[in-house]
Amino acid sequence: MSAHTTELVVFTLLFLLVSGMGFVAARWRRPESIESIESLNEWGLGGRNFGTWITWFLVGGDLYTAYTFVAVPALMFSAGALGFYALPYTVVIYPLVFLVLARMWSVSHVHGFVTPADFVRARFGSPTLALLIAITGLVATMPYIALQLVGIEAVLKTMGITGHLPIIIAFAILAAYTYQSGLRAPALIAFVKDTLIYVVILAAVIYIPAKLGGWGSIFDAAAAKFAATPNPADGITLNASNQLQYITLAFGSALALFLYPHSLTGALASRNRAVIKRNMSALPAYSFLLGLIALLGFMAIAAGTKPVVGANGKADTNTIVPALFDQMFPDWFAGVAYAAIGIGALVPAAIMSIAAANLFTRNVYREYLNKNATDAQEAKVSKLVSLVVKVGAVLCILMLDPQFSIDLQLIGGVIILQTLPSVGLGLYTRWFHKGGLIAGWAAGLGAGLWMLYLIPNPASGKAHFGGSAFSLGNLGFDTKMTIYAGFLALAVNLVVAVLGTYLFRALKVADGKDATARSDYFADEGDPKVKPMDLTGTH
Amino acid sequence: MTTPRDAEPRTDRSPWNWLLFVPIVLPLLTFLFNADEPRLLGFPLFYWLQIAFIAVGVGCTTLVYRMTK
Repeated sequence: MSAHTTELVVFTLLFLLVSGMGFVAARWRRPESIESIESLNEWGLGGRNFGTWITWFLVGGDLYTAYTFVAVPALMFSAGALGFYALPYTVVIYPLVFLVLARMWSVSHVHGFVTPADFVRARFGSPTLALLIAITGLVATMPYIALQLVGIEAVLKTMGITGHLPIIIAFAILAAYTYQSGLRAPALIAFVKDTLIYVVILAAVIYIPAKLGGWGSIFDAAAAKFAATPNPADGITLNASNQLQYITLAFGSALALFLYPHSLTGALASRNRAVIKRNMSALPAYSFLLGLIALLGFMAIAAGTKPVVGANGKADTNTIVPALFDQMFPDWFAGVAYAAIGIGALVPAAIMSIAAANLFTRNVYREYLNKNATDAQEAKVSKLVSLVVKVGAVLCILMLDPQFSIDLQLIGGVIILQTLPSVGLGLYTRWFHKGGLIAGWAAGLGAGLWMLYLIPNPASGKAHFGGSAFSLGNLGFDTKMTIYAGFLALAVNLVVAVLGTYLFRALKVADGKDATARSDYFADEGDPKVKPMDLTGTH
Repeated sequence: MTTPRDAEPRTDRSPWNWLLFVPIVLPLLTFLFNADEPRLLGFPLFYWLQIAFIAVGVGCTTLVYRMTK
C-alpha cells in the first residue's frame, strides 16, 4: 500500500473538497424569496432555473458516468472495435432528442411535471400506465446507481485498498449531502468532476501515446493482439457478424438514454427551451472525450497493462484504465485521475437517486398513499427515499456479486426502452390507446427478457444474460448476425401497441382523458402555468 | 382551460429540422467507415471518421437552432 500513498492523499483531498461543496450547495443559487428547499421544484429540480453552463456541466456529468469511463475502455481492451459503439451512440443522441426534449420541457413547465411518469399520467389519463412507467424507471435506475460504486471500487482496488468500508463511507457522505442539498449538490460538484475529467483525459491522450511511440503503433499493437486471439468477433474494425449489433446497439442506446429518469431530471432543471437546444450542440464535447477515453483501452494493450486480479482470483478488466494510469502517470497525477473517476461516480449517483426518489414520491406516494400531499411532504418523502435508494445500492454491491449489477443494468437498458411509445412518442401523438400501450409495454418487456436470457457469454462461461447481442440464428435465420436485444424488443412493443390500440378501439374500451393541450408543448419561460394539476382518470 | 395566447398557434415545425437526420443516419452507416485505411495521424479510418461525425452533429444542431429560434 505504501507505493500508493501519494495517490491516496491526492484522491482523499479532492474527495473531501467536493464533499464540502455538496453541503454548501444547499444555499447556492437559492432565490431570496424562498425560505427553504422543501419542495420537489427546489430539492428535486434545483429551482428549475439552471442556465446553459450549469446544465452543460450537470447533464454532461450525469450522462457520462464513472462506470462509462471504466467499462467502455474495458470493452475496447477485450473486444476491440465493438466497444467504440459508445461514440456513434453519443453523436446520434443529440439531434435525435433535439425537438423531443424541448417539447418535454415545455409540457413539464406548464403542468409542473417532475418525472416522465407524471407526463404519461396526464397525457393518457391512466394511473396504471403511469405506475408501470414509474416502476420501469425505478428498476432500470437502481442497478445503474450500484454500478457507480463499481467505478469507485475499480479505483480503490488499483490503489491497493480492498474491503468495503471506504465505499460505505463514500456513499454515506454522498447520501448526507444529497439529502440536504438535493439537485444543487451534483450540479455544483459537476463543475469539479467535469473539469478534472477533461484535464486528465487531455493529458492522457497527449502524454501516453508519446511514450508508446505514437497513435499508429497503439492501433497496430491492438490489431496484433486481436489477430492472435481465437475469437473471430474481435479486431480493430467490425466484421460481418457484429455490424448490425454495432448499429442497433448505438441507435437503441441513444433511444433509451433520455428515457432514463435521471437524464430527464437534468433536462427539466434547465431554465428554458433555448438552454436545452444550445446544450444539444454543446454536449457532444463530452462525446469527443468519451471517444478518447475508449481509446485508453487500446493504449493499455500497447503498454502491456495487466488488469488487477480481484479477491476471487479473476482479473477484473474494469481496473484496466486505473491500472494504465498507475503505470504511466507520476503518482500525484494518477491520484488526480482516480479522483476524477471517483467524483465522476458521485454526480450521476446523486442525480439518479434523486430521480428515483421523485418517481416514488410523485407516482406511488402521491398517487396511491397521500393524494393531497403538500409540497413539503413531497420533498420530505423524496429526501428519505433518496437515502433508501443509496442504502439499497450499497447493499447490492456488498451482498451480491457485482456481476449481478452489471447484468441488471444490461436488462435495465432493454426495459427502459419499452417506455418509448408512452413517453417519447406520447410527446408527438395521442393516437395510442392506453390499453394498447400497456399491452405493448408488457410484450416488449417479455420479449426483451426472453432474448437476454438466451444470450450466453462464452468468455465468462455464463449460459444466460451474457450480453445484449442476440443471435438472429435463435429466430431460425441461417446467419451468424447478432442484433441488440433491446431494439428487437422495442419492435415487438410497437407492433403490439398498434394492434392493441386498434383492438381496444374496436371493442370500444374507454380511453383516458388527455389533460394537456397542443400549445403546452411549445410553451416557454414566462408562459402561464396550469395550477393546480387537475387530473382525472380511471385505472 | 387554455387561453389563446398568440394569434398564430406556435409550432416546432420547420424545413430546417430535416437537417437533424444527417447526424442521426451518418454515424450508423458502418460501410462508410469500417476500414483501417486510409489512416489519419495514425488513426484508422474507423476511428477518425467517427470522431469527425461529432463535428457534423454539432454543425447541424447549431444551424437548426439558429435558423428556427
